[in-house]
Amino acid sequence: MAERHTFGGILAPITCHAWNKDRTQIALSPNNHEVHIYRRDGSDWKLLDVLNQHDLRVMGIDWAPNTNRIVTCAVDRNAYVWSQGDDGKWKPTLVLLRINRAATCVKWSPLENKFAVGSGARLISVCYFESENDWWVSKHIKKPIRSTVTSLDWHPNNVLLVAGSTDYKVRVFSAYIKDIEEQPSPTPWGNRMPLGQLMAEFKNTTAGGGWIHSVSFSADGNRICWVGHDSAINVADTSIGNQVLRLKTEFLPFLCCDWISPNSIVVAGHSCVPLIYSLDASGKLQLSARLDQSQKKESSGISAMRIFQSLDRNLRTENSDTWLESIHQNAITCICLYAGNKSNTKKISTSGLDGQLVIWDLASSLTKSMQGLRI
Amino acid sequence: MAKNTSSSAFRKIDVDQYNEDNFREDELDSSGNVGPDESEITSLLNQGKHSEALLAVLQNAPLGCKNQQIKDNALNITLRVLLSIKSSQMEPIVDALEERDLLDVLMKYIYRGFEIPSEGSSGHLLQWHEKAFAKGGVGCIVRVLSDTNRA
Repeated sequence: MAERHTFGGILAPITCHAWNKDRTQIALSPNNHEVHIYRRDGSDWKLLDVLNQHDLRVMGIDWAPNTNRIVTCAVDRNAYVWSQGDDGKWKPTLVLLRINRAATCVKWSPLENKFAVGSGARLISVCYFESENDWWVSKHIKKPIRSTVTSLDWHPNNVLLVAGSTDYKVRVFSAYIKDIEEQPSPTPWGNRMPLGQLMAEFKNTTAGGGWIHSVSFSADGNRICWVGHDSAINVADTSIGNQVLRLKTEFLPFLCCDWISPNSIVVAGHSCVPLIYSLDASGKLQLSARLDQSQKKESSGISAMRIFQSLDRNLRTENSDTWLESIHQNAITCICLYAGNKSNTKKISTSGLDGQLVIWDLASSLTKSMQGLRI
Repeated sequence: MAKNTSSSAFRKIDVDQYNEDNFREDELDSSGNVGPDESEITSLLNQGKHSEALLAVLQNAPLGCKNQQIKDNALNITLRVLLSIKSSQMEPIVDALEERDLLDVLMKYIYRGFEIPSEGSSGHLLQWHEKAFAKGGVGCIVRVLSDTNRA
C-alpha cells in the first residue's frame, strides 16, 4: 500500500521534494546546498544531475509541470530558475529577490508564468519574466507581514496568494502583475486586486497559538486550510463569511497540509503519520483516515517494567531503542500530490527528516475507513 | 582572520533593533478581566460544588492579563480548587471541560502548579495531568507550550 524509497544511500533528511509532470523524476534536497535530480528506474533511482549553485541550505523546490522548469530558493537569499538544455543538463538563471534574509519557500503559479518566494525578510517576492530585458523581475508584498513567511500557496485563478507566517497569521494577498496579466475577474475573496492588496487576514488563535507551518487553497479556491504549531487544523471558508472552522487535535504539531478532495485535507508532521481529516455536512472537521496502518496502539501501553526487562535482557545501560511503529521514522516535512489533483487525489508522496520518501495510495486506505463519509 | 572563541555573546546582539517595523505581539484588550471571584469560588467549594467551582475559575482565567498579581491570585484560587477535588471525581469533570474547550486552560494551570509545589500538591496535579492527557493527548501539552498567553 505504501511504497518506501531512499536515495543513493544517504540518510540525510530530505528538506523538500518536487516531481516532474509524469512523475518519472524527482528533485530533492538532502538538507544541504544541493538539489539532486533522480530518475525512477524500476524500484531503483538513478542520479541524473546535481543542481549545485546555491551556497547555503536549500529551503524550497518547485517543478513546473508544463513548462518543465524548476525553481529553487535557499538560505543564501537567492532563487534560481532551472531550465533543461538539449543535452538534458539543467542550466540556472539567477533571480534577484532583493531580500536581506533567507528565502524560506517557493511556489510556481498555476499558469507557470510567475512564482512567489517567501522569506525571513518579512516579505513575499512575486517574480515574473520580463522578456524585454531577458531577466526575472521581483515585486515585493510587504505590508502587513510582521515576521518570516513560512508557507505559500496560489489560488487557481493565478492571482491570489495565501501566506502563513511566524507572526501567527494567515493572509490572502493579491499577486496581480499588470504588465503580464489580464485584469482578474472578481472572486469571493474580494473584487479589487492591485498587487499587494490584503484580501483577508486570519489569526491562528486569539492567544497566539504558534507559528503557521503550512497553508493551502482548496481546488475551487474558495477555502483555505492551514496548520500551525498548536496541533490544530483550521479551515476558512468564503461561503460562510470567512468563518474559521478549527479542530484542536491530540497529536504533535503538523508541518504540512494539502487538500485532497473538496471536503478533505491530508496533514502530516511531527507525529510521523499522515492523517486525513474531512469536513462533514455540519461543517465539523473529523479524523477520517490514518494512512499509516502499521501503527498499532499497544493494549497495555509501554509499562516501565517491560522497559527495564528489555534493558536487563540486552545488558544495555540506557534505553536507546528509538524505533517507531510508523513507516516514517521522523517528522514529515513535505507532502506532494503524486497522482490526481486537489479535487481528487489518488496518491500522495511524503518526505521527512528520516530521509525517506513514501508514496501513499489514498484510494485503498480510504475505502477501508471512509465509508459513509462525504469526501 | 576572525578568531574562533567559545563566546556566544554575539548571539544575543539584537540585530533587529535598527529595523523600523519590528514584530511586536498584538496587545490583547483584557483590561476588563480581573480573574475569578474568590468569594464566589469559596462559597461554591463550601457547598461541595467542586466541578462548578473549577468551571468558574477556568472560564474567568485572566490568561491575556498583563498584571502579574491578578494572574498569581487566579493561580492560587485555581490550585485550591484543583487540590480540593478527589481523584475519583476528576474524570467526569475533565469530560465536561473538554466539551467547553477548557482542557487547554486546565493543562496550563497544571503545569503552572508544578512550579510552586506545596505539601502533596505535585502528586495530586500529576493525577490531574494523567486524566487531562488521556483526553487531550500530546496536542494539549503542545498548546500549553506554544501559546503566548501563560497562566
